[in-house]
Amino acid sequence: MSEPAPVVQMRGISIAFPGVKALDGVDFRMFAGEVHSLMGENGAGKSTLIKALTGVYEVDTGSIVLDGRPLSVNGPAQAQEAGISTVYQEVNLLSNLTVAENILLGREPRKRGVIDWKAMRARASDLLSGLNLDIDPASLLGEHSLAVQQLVAIARAIDVQAKVLILDEPTSSLDADEVAELFRVIRGLKQRGVAILFVSHFLEQVYEISDRLTVLRNGRFVGEYLTDEILRIELVHKMIGKEVAVLEGLDHKTHASASASASAGDGDGESKPLIQAIGLGSRGSIAPFDLDVYEGEVVGLAGLLGSGRTELARLLSGVDHADSGELSIDGVAARLRTPRAALRKRITYSSENRRSEGIVEDLTVRDNIVLALQADRGWFRRIPKKRQDELAASYIQALNIRPPDPDALIRNLSGGNQQKVLLARWLAVAPRLLILDEPTRGIDVGAKAEIQKLVAELADNGMSVIFISAELEEVLRLSHRIAVMRDREKIADIANDDVSVGQVMTLIASGAEE
Amino acid sequence: MSSQAASPVSRADERFRALRRLIPGSRYVSVLVTLGLLIAMFIAGSARYRGFASGQVVLNLFVDNAFLIVLAVGTTFVIVTGGIDLSIGSVVALSTMIAASLLRAGWPPLVVIAIVLLAGSTLGLLVGLVIHYFDIQPFIATLAAMFFARGLCYVISLDAISISDPFFVAMAQTRIPVGGGMQITPSVIIAVLAVIVAFVVLHYTRMGRTVYAIGNGGQSAMLMGLPVTRTKILVYVISGFCAALGGVLFTFYTLSGYSLTAVGMELDAIAAVVIGGTILTGGSGYVLGSVLGVLVLGLIQTIISFEGTLSSWWTKIVIGALLLIFVVLQRLFIARRR
Amino acid sequence: MRNIVRHRLFWPVVTLAALLALNVIVEHDFFAIRLQDGHLFGSVIDILRNGAPTLLVALGMTLVIATRGIDLSVGAIVAICGALACSMIAASPTPGSVGTVLIAVGAALVLAIVLGLWNGLLVSVLGIQPIIATLILMTAGRGLAMLITEGQIITVSSAPYKVIGGGYWLTMPASILIAGVMFALTALLTRKTALGILIESVGINPEASRLAGVRSRSILWTVYIFSAFCAGVAGLMISSNVTAADANNAGLWIELDAILAVVLGGTSLAGGRYSLIGTLIGAFVIQTLTTTVYTVGIAPEITLVFKALVVIAVCLLQSPAMQARVRNARRRRALQKQGTDAAGAPAVSPASLTNEGAAS
Repeated sequence: MSEPAPVVQMRGISIAFPGVKALDGVDFRMFAGEVHSLMGENGAGKSTLIKALTGVYEVDTGSIVLDGRPLSVNGPAQAQEAGISTVYQEVNLLSNLTVAENILLGREPRKRGVIDWKAMRARASDLLSGLNLDIDPASLLGEHSLAVQQLVAIARAIDVQAKVLILDEPTSSLDADEVAELFRVIRGLKQRGVAILFVSHFLEQVYEISDRLTVLRNGRFVGEYLTDEILRIELVHKMIGKEVAVLEGLDHKTHASASASASAGDGDGESKPLIQAIGLGSRGSIAPFDLDVYEGEVVGLAGLLGSGRTELARLLSGVDHADSGELSIDGVAARLRTPRAALRKRITYSSENRRSEGIVEDLTVRDNIVLALQADRGWFRRIPKKRQDELAASYIQALNIRPPDPDALIRNLSGGNQQKVLLARWLAVAPRLLILDEPTRGIDVGAKAEIQKLVAELADNGMSVIFISAELEEVLRLSHRIAVMRDREKIADIANDDVSVGQVMTLIASGAEE
Repeated sequence: MSSQAASPVSRADERFRALRRLIPGSRYVSVLVTLGLLIAMFIAGSARYRGFASGQVVLNLFVDNAFLIVLAVGTTFVIVTGGIDLSIGSVVALSTMIAASLLRAGWPPLVVIAIVLLAGSTLGLLVGLVIHYFDIQPFIATLAAMFFARGLCYVISLDAISISDPFFVAMAQTRIPVGGGMQITPSVIIAVLAVIVAFVVLHYTRMGRTVYAIGNGGQSAMLMGLPVTRTKILVYVISGFCAALGGVLFTFYTLSGYSLTAVGMELDAIAAVVIGGTILTGGSGYVLGSVLGVLVLGLIQTIISFEGTLSSWWTKIVIGALLLIFVVLQRLFIARRR
Repeated sequence: MRNIVRHRLFWPVVTLAALLALNVIVEHDFFAIRLQDGHLFGSVIDILRNGAPTLLVALGMTLVIATRGIDLSVGAIVAICGALACSMIAASPTPGSVGTVLIAVGAALVLAIVLGLWNGLLVSVLGIQPIIATLILMTAGRGLAMLITEGQIITVSSAPYKVIGGGYWLTMPASILIAGVMFALTALLTRKTALGILIESVGINPEASRLAGVRSRSILWTVYIFSAFCAGVAGLMISSNVTAADANNAGLWIELDAILAVVLGGTSLAGGRYSLIGTLIGAFVIQTLTTTVYTVGIAPEITLVFKALVVIAVCLLQSPAMQARVRNARRRRALQKQGTDAAGAPAVSPASLTNEGAAS
């Protein structure tokens, strides 16, 4: 089949930010009437590529051709004029205005210099019914479900006669029915010849809707594939970074037997789990799950981005609230309403968002280290300065924090050292269960190895750890047991006796048993 | 496409819409509460005091508060964008001073009014530019403007200057009959015109809708390609213009210029806007609601003056209590909506 | 040198020094202090004494602002506390007795704490934006003060009460000593307990603080109570100085002066790191400004214009946007060809981000 000329052709795109090469010589193309999925883990460069295409970022090198003409846009407004419309992950519309305004504001019909509301509502109505969406254009956008808001955003995007429609994680907050509805609309647009760029971390959805895939990893182009021609497991390997050849040597056990050999505390009666979750879940966030964590055990959570691994951790640490199920600590039922309550039970959660939920950027390394311990003691009983210095000094030394200056502002440290300071913060409260969410993401190799070593040592000394990482090798190397997550569900719980990366990947990639 | 294939989305939505029809105009609920309050207060006043239930009492609310209505209009623009303007009381005072001193110097009245309006708008423009280009919080920038305008008043004169210009006197004394023996002043007509213009601008122009879009917060308005920068600055110009116009109406009312006048009037305007259902965090509010808010404040004063024995400070306490009720209601309302 | 210029107290100190220098040039014995009847007199003493109430209110305001809040109600609290103390003393058969004064002062301060509890309730429990929550008491507060004084200006003749604002202890005006002691106590309280660091932590990153187990609700409550308490003391000082409670004018606009003092002192209205020393300097800049206008012989009418210009100048010099502009201009001159570096990226103003956060 001879391929027609692509609508979008990006060649050799490179973008560098201070200290990071976000995109390195990436090629990308899209065809009219096709859904093209852009795949990659966190930091692979997906959003940077999208922003390059929509004119938010300027490319350092490389060329972008739209419809045979070189594209040069400065900002989203110009990109839209050129025929590239974007629907962002968080709906970037105005919840306080009407549906009609959200679709048409900026191009609103006017009569004698003022907005012609009647014409505006009629046109919005037409567009909405084109999407088979029967809502009142005069209603406020904020009154509708996120799914409807997402569709309204699409209505706005296609009203500008878009040639290219970019949907960045459009399904992340939708339920199954809503996704089906969205897909119906996407198929309709496809028939009209619109090229659709689809980004989603749900593999099943990618396979259901897209015709073509491009995989990025660490800012580089890995490959472009037809969806029908690439197996899920291959795709996961491409995204995570293991070649198929390497994996062929790995044995393929069926995952059915895996969950049977689950718990590390088989010897009943002699050891109770430190923490036990039964049917714990939160609607719209994570399906009910069971999980036991024993003393001195490292439980790894394996799964792709958005698989529910973070949500699970947040339920266990009082950060988010469960709306079903039970949690017991040392066999006693416990309700963790706040992170503080969890802290009192010696359960700590280190967030994956180091910047927004971890460091207190304008405070010193010392202040950041003692923060949780101090919060636990209350503000009146200040930790004596001398004790603070000792704590800071000992953790700076033990964790090899650079620069070794307790008075440095944490904002001036590198990512890896910030992460070590956060680890020190949690270790300072002597936790019994330490939950680490992506502690090694975006940090250099040396710091990464140090953190891994530390986790192993802590577990040897009796601390329980839940370790979350996108890198399977890391999870496998450290964990005694692995909980596998997919599509916001815990799908397996396997003892890490002799498990291979390939087996876990098979589990992660397995669809609905097709 | 066939519209019969009712999807789960639209069906669920249909139910929701049916539910909404049962609560008429829930979008306007806070304005309706204010209206209800106003009517209830009026009925209570009529039941209690002889001579309260007259059309002239209602019209006097407009006559006595024409300037405040204009100020509330300007403040509505600013607050809907999520900003605040503390300078309007001082700008009112400055306007009265400029008007009185220029008239005393023999300038023609219409030129004087034009200069006053220009001065207020210019100050607003400066404030808007500082807020936008230097990222100074509106609170601080308009606070500085407040000191600046009040200081300029003192520079002009420390003493009150009375106005004897025939045009201003005429504006102060003219009574326009509206039938049934009732009458209004020219200021009322100007205030009503200002409200109408503001209503049209807010609801029928792109600039007006951008004001709401900015108040929604975040980058959405910009990503949608709306003129955010221009509008953000323009609302302070509008607020400055309204403050100056309010100042002109205030001189029609008092026939004098005085440096110490209108102290704290910005708080009255802000209170009226909040009681009128505008949310101080921005993004939601109606200029007609603000007018109702002004009328509520005026009616409180009227009732207290009818009461006779009730001391004037109850006005402030009642306004504070009303603010509390409205803010807590809004808080609950927003919490439910999001 | 660059580090000194970049220090956040650089411009406030320069402003204060410039104002003082101006005074010395005009009035050579500006710094002269003389002892007369065992009391100290002099221009500097006057500045300190007149600035004491503003400094007190600004102290409390500093901590409130550090938590990303603001307290507009302090002026009203000043009026209420002065009114309560004065009316209690005036109603007492023994206005001159120390016991009466102590009871009145105690009652006024307890009332201040209750008002602080009220503000704290609205902000930390009901989650109402601080500016709105405190606007309520700002509006209603003067009415309450009038309710206490029954609309009268209550004058008191009580020697012990007069001491607070107008008397002398150890040759120094008592108000300076009170403000100084409060300042020292605040510094001690925030430094010797963990309050200061937890306040900053909540102000810098509320979510990270929550995850670290910080009880932000009690922290918020504490700062609003403290702010009201400081305002209460200032209220006693002001009413004592004029031996009268004026519900309408006592502490009028003191909240604005206090906020200005805090901002001039380099504490950002966006919360986070605060500087009590900065607030001290800020308060004295404001007071010195007023004094300078007199000594330099500028017509006193212009004080406010002058104040507005200084405020704008200092705020502009400190504004990150301004500094970024200056840096950009320099860099642009350095590399002429690369003018579009960040121009394509949409500018997100901190204000819009905080808005978004507050709305959700």
